[in-house]
Amino acid sequence: MTAQFLYGGAGLILFVLGLWSFLVHAPLLRKLIALNIMGGGVFHVLIAVAYRGDGVPPDPVPHALVLTGIVVAVSATALGLVLGARMQAGEREG
Amino acid sequence: MTQTSDRARQRAQARAQERARDLSLLLGVLLALLGAVLLGLYYLALDGGAAPRLAELALARLPESGVGNPVTAVLVNYRAFDTLVELAVLLAAVLGIWSLGPAPPGFQRSGAVLAGMVSWVVPLLIVASGYMLWVGGYAPGGAFQAGALLGAAGVIVRLAGDPTAGLPAEATQRWLLVLGVLVFALVGLGLMLFGAGFLTYPPKLAKWLILLIESAATIAIAAALAAAYVGGRPAPSKAAIDDYGSDSSP
Amino acid sequence: MSQPALLLAFDAVLLATLLALALAAVLSPEPRRAVMLFIAFGLWLSLVWARLHAPDVALAEAAIGAGLGGALMLAAARRAARAARSNDDEAAG
Repeated sequence: MTAQFLYGGAGLILFVLGLWSFLVHAPLLRKLIALNIMGGGVFHVLIAVAYRGDGVPPDPVPHALVLTGIVVAVSATALGLVLGARMQAGEREG
Repeated sequence: MTQTSDRARQRAQARAQERARDLSLLLGVLLALLGAVLLGLYYLALDGGAAPRLAELALARLPESGVGNPVTAVLVNYRAFDTLVELAVLLAAVLGIWSLGPAPPGFQRSGAVLAGMVSWVVPLLIVASGYMLWVGGYAPGGAFQAGALLGAAGVIVRLAGDPTAGLPAEATQRWLLVLGVLVFALVGLGLMLFGAGFLTYPPKLAKWLILLIESAATIAIAAALAAAYVGGRPAPSKAAIDDYGSDSSP
Repeated sequence: MSQPALLLAFDAVLLATLLALALAAVLSPEPRRAVMLFIAFGLWLSLVWARLHAPDVALAEAAIGAGLGGALMLAAARRAARAARSNDDEAAG
């Protein structure tokens, strides 16, 4: 219970930190890092909820959700980076 | 004349910076409040006692799922539909990247030391990926981790100077990219033909069907991740051969 | 110290480092540095998940989130740095 609250709370703090950085910082790369930290916070909360003490096996359902989430996050990051590079190239040409 | 305009510009800049700092502070305070509310809610939710959850059900039905690793069972058996759509998301991301234009040029050909290391590391990664795929049936591992290792091999190959990241020509690459979704959907539809529901595996066949799907998913994930690292539509194969090594970017 | 208290101290150190890495990654203005810190954050995150009995997810985060995501961002940071340099050259020349 204490560990669950501690780890889940850290996840919430990470989420808020990422959200703040996403809103405040302008460069695309920093926004993407902030977005990934937000996602990391959400994953962290899910993993903390799945954790049920050291003797009990953890809940596999949130684990599977996080696993798919990680892959989706990285593919979104890749798309965002290519989109950003393309926009920059367009600005330099036009 | 220029001095005064310079000073005016500087003053305007300083004012804009101050305003940005104020805004970021205000946002920080608001978001800290949001964080406190979220923490309080989370504490209340934990304090409310244990709610019924899926873990018991998932662990109890594990012997029927065909695999011994509960996470793999959730991914490819209980919630197979999620994973199918997730592979489609990965495919869509690669299509988006390809639609944004051709790939940027690759890196300079690597020197002897890096090339020697690559010739050791890449086969190791391929073997490790196969191990991950197999071990995912009963221990931590599975298609995602295996695909990531294989994709990392592609990244290393591109870093060492091959602009294609070890991927085949475009026509073959397309098949590799859709392989995961294709095999997954075909298995699901085939099961429907034999009277089971979409992606409802009969317990006897479950292990082999899951292995088939996971193998296809591994290849598709690896190809998608490597293609994402290439960062654009692959060059036609002839040009790729001509480009090889001629690029001088540092 | 008793074992639960030790474990709690261990958890606290783990989480404090995690939050410090995230803060450093978010606050650093230089792109390459920010990406490096983000990779460190991702690897540390996978360590924390291993502690929470989630080895599958920890493996995936280390390989995909920190590894491939970091590689993608590093390439982008390098491109951005080169674009900034060529812009400076144009302005100077």
